[in-house]
Amino acid sequence: MFESLFGSVDAVLLARIQFAFTVSFHFIFPAFSIGLASYLAVLEGLWLKTGQSHYLDLFRYWLKIFAVTFAMGVVSGIVMSYQFGTNWSVFSDKAGSVIGPLMAYEVLTAFFLEAGFLGVMLFGMNKVGPRLHFTATLMVAIGTFISAFWILSANSWMQTPTGHIIGENGQFLPGESWWAIIFNPSFPYRLVHTVIAAYLTTAFVVGAVGAWHLLKDRANPHARIMFSMAMWMAALVAPVQIFAGDMHGLNTLEHQPVKVMAMEGHYQSHPEGAPFYLFGIPNSKEQRIDYAIAIPKASSLILKHDPNAPLAGLDTVPRDEQPPVGIVFWSFRIMVGIGMLMLGIGMWSLLARVKGRLYDWPLLHRGAMLMGPSGFVAVIAGWVTTEVGRQPYTVYGLLRTADSASPLAAPAVGASLVAFVVIYFAVFGAGTWYILKLMSHRPKSGEAGVETEPGPTRTAGITPASALEGGQ
Amino acid sequence: MSVNIDLTTVWAFIIAFGIFAYVVMDGFDLGIGILFPVFKGEERDQAMNAIAPVWDGNETWLVLGGGGLFAAFPLAYAIILPATYPLIIAMLLGLVFRGVAFEFRWRDPGHRAFWDMAFTGGSIVAAFAQGMILGAILQGIDVDGRAYAGGWLDWLSPYSLLTGAGVVAGYALLGATWLIVKVEGGALDHAYRLAGRAAIATLALMIAVSLATPFLEHRYWQRWFDMPNMLFTSQVPLLVAIVTYFLFRTLKKRATWSPFLLALGLFLLGTIGLGISMFPYVVPDSVTIWDAAAPERSQVFMLVGVVLVMPLILAYTAWAYWVFRGKVGSHGYH
Repeated sequence: MFESLFGSVDAVLLARIQFAFTVSFHFIFPAFSIGLASYLAVLEGLWLKTGQSHYLDLFRYWLKIFAVTFAMGVVSGIVMSYQFGTNWSVFSDKAGSVIGPLMAYEVLTAFFLEAGFLGVMLFGMNKVGPRLHFTATLMVAIGTFISAFWILSANSWMQTPTGHIIGENGQFLPGESWWAIIFNPSFPYRLVHTVIAAYLTTAFVVGAVGAWHLLKDRANPHARIMFSMAMWMAALVAPVQIFAGDMHGLNTLEHQPVKVMAMEGHYQSHPEGAPFYLFGIPNSKEQRIDYAIAIPKASSLILKHDPNAPLAGLDTVPRDEQPPVGIVFWSFRIMVGIGMLMLGIGMWSLLARVKGRLYDWPLLHRGAMLMGPSGFVAVIAGWVTTEVGRQPYTVYGLLRTADSASPLAAPAVGASLVAFVVIYFAVFGAGTWYILKLMSHRPKSGEAGVETEPGPTRTAGITPASALEGGQ
Repeated sequence: MSVNIDLTTVWAFIIAFGIFAYVVMDGFDLGIGILFPVFKGEERDQAMNAIAPVWDGNETWLVLGGGGLFAAFPLAYAIILPATYPLIIAMLLGLVFRGVAFEFRWRDPGHRAFWDMAFTGGSIVAAFAQGMILGAILQGIDVDGRAYAGGWLDWLSPYSLLTGAGVVAGYALLGATWLIVKVEGGALDHAYRLAGRAAIATLALMIAVSLATPFLEHRYWQRWFDMPNMLFTSQVPLLVAIVTYFLFRTLKKRATWSPFLLALGLFLLGTIGLGISMFPYVVPDSVTIWDAAAPERSQVFMLVGVVLVMPLILAYTAWAYWVFRGKVGSHGYH
């Protein structure tokens, strides 16, 4: 069956689709769990500091959601650590000596930390006591951040490779200093931009859940805390993110100008100030933007801080070195548009606070609910922008994607792609459904912990009293 | 050059240690998954609770094995993974089902039977695939230059099926003996019975694999049966016999920890046997650890990390096990 289905398709294209699919699916979970782990640490810390049981209730409420999210992140992440070898073996052979150690450090310093303390975080409150338990929560939160550090360093090196030398078989080998590899030019910007994105994503999920429960009962104290905390994040962090994104963009202009040309849809060079396209359909065949709506000179203003600054276009780049403009152009606009909407919600919430209507403005709550999943869309769109914008290279400017793939037959890759799609949608669809069900439960006083969840064994020995016991 | 050779050997041992740690730790998790259908109702909850707090940490050793191989022996990673492509994908997807089942079966009592099946199915597929990957490597891989040169079903052979079955049985033995440590009541009686049967199956398959392996490649034969090597190599089956004797004896006496530790001993001897057959090849007869090794700068950089961080990892992992020590019983963890 697969012979006939995939016989005529390019194996490299299938491998690319498979990697894009599995990494996008995977990215959703850490984008949420990085922020959620920190949020849980804040909640538990506030509980320990103030002794207010609301914080413990909220901690336990979100811990259940964290457990499901984390499990999905783990299993989809293990797939990623093997995909380099299964589907991109030439890349692995050539870049393994540089990329591999970064990923090995991720395992050593992050994955074990998260996994080692996760069990205690989920099940150990009554075993180790609140203070040691808080330490475990902190370790998990720190672990998620360290993990982001290493994997984004590896990813950034593929975007802006520095610090390596080329060996005899065309391999990338580490040069004098590992610092030059780890802290390659785009890494600091990408790290800041991505970690803030994870925090914002989580904030908007938490805000949406708080808003949903406020709409049902605006006196619910737990919903009020959630919503207020989330809206502070939106108001304070969304502007920071837009600034960080701008810096990241300028960094990209410096090191990967072709990617910025694709993001901007600049097929032509503009010697006297380039326009910013609000809308348009990139037409790579004719090398122009169809149906364009543009603000004259705005792109030069944003990128060069001078409306008349010249900007080179894709006409200066050979066709076979151009990334797919349509995808990059639109994913970039989706990301930026969502960022602006996030800022809008944040400002609205400030206004609501000033007017004393934060918990009493259903339209704001509906808006926040609508924006609940927006972080995930923005994160994926941003990821697509940077990864597709790197094409046609895996290691930017040095190793082509077409020359990176494993010597696999198309039917093998096609069959595995089908299996991934079917199983991911089924399994992670179910997981998302369970998370939504957990979110629909009203947060309440005496919230049960993970260890007191249904199931005869886990429930045995629990009572609401024992669940409250940790709260003194 | 001598420093480089030493480093490469050190890295071979680190990777071997990582894989061994994965095999025994996730081995008992997967083994419990394999045996899961035999348990019923409340016994299943006990079995699940015996591993719920630690499975994630155990599985991380697999990422270390894969990531470590990528980092320390990129060429081996780049050859073995495409050569065993369908097996790797099957293993990963099996682990997806197994991993989410831990959470999902609690979240969705209405479909618990389904997620229990996913737990078992995922565990069996992952274990079988891991065993077959081992067989596929031992029986040899077609290599041309720096790449895999065979077809996408080359791994499939009677020998790899045999090693697949062997690993499934071995994991079941680890799982059953771990349950002996962790459960009580009817589940405990069950665990003792299952451990006995799994031990018989493991031994039978271990013997079959051991007999078949020397015939695969001439070099394996020399390794094991040429004098004076044989004075050393013959100790391995001898020790297997001794460990087996004590394993059955302690099972009969219903000891708590000994069966698990002896099962670990069997796996250790199996790993040593594997090392004797393969060293210094990482892809038998075509790629040695020195061919596949990352440059010295990568090895040193990572070695610093391992030396500094590994003791910490072992310490907090041990702490996590300590926190959840003792029987899970019918009272869960509290």
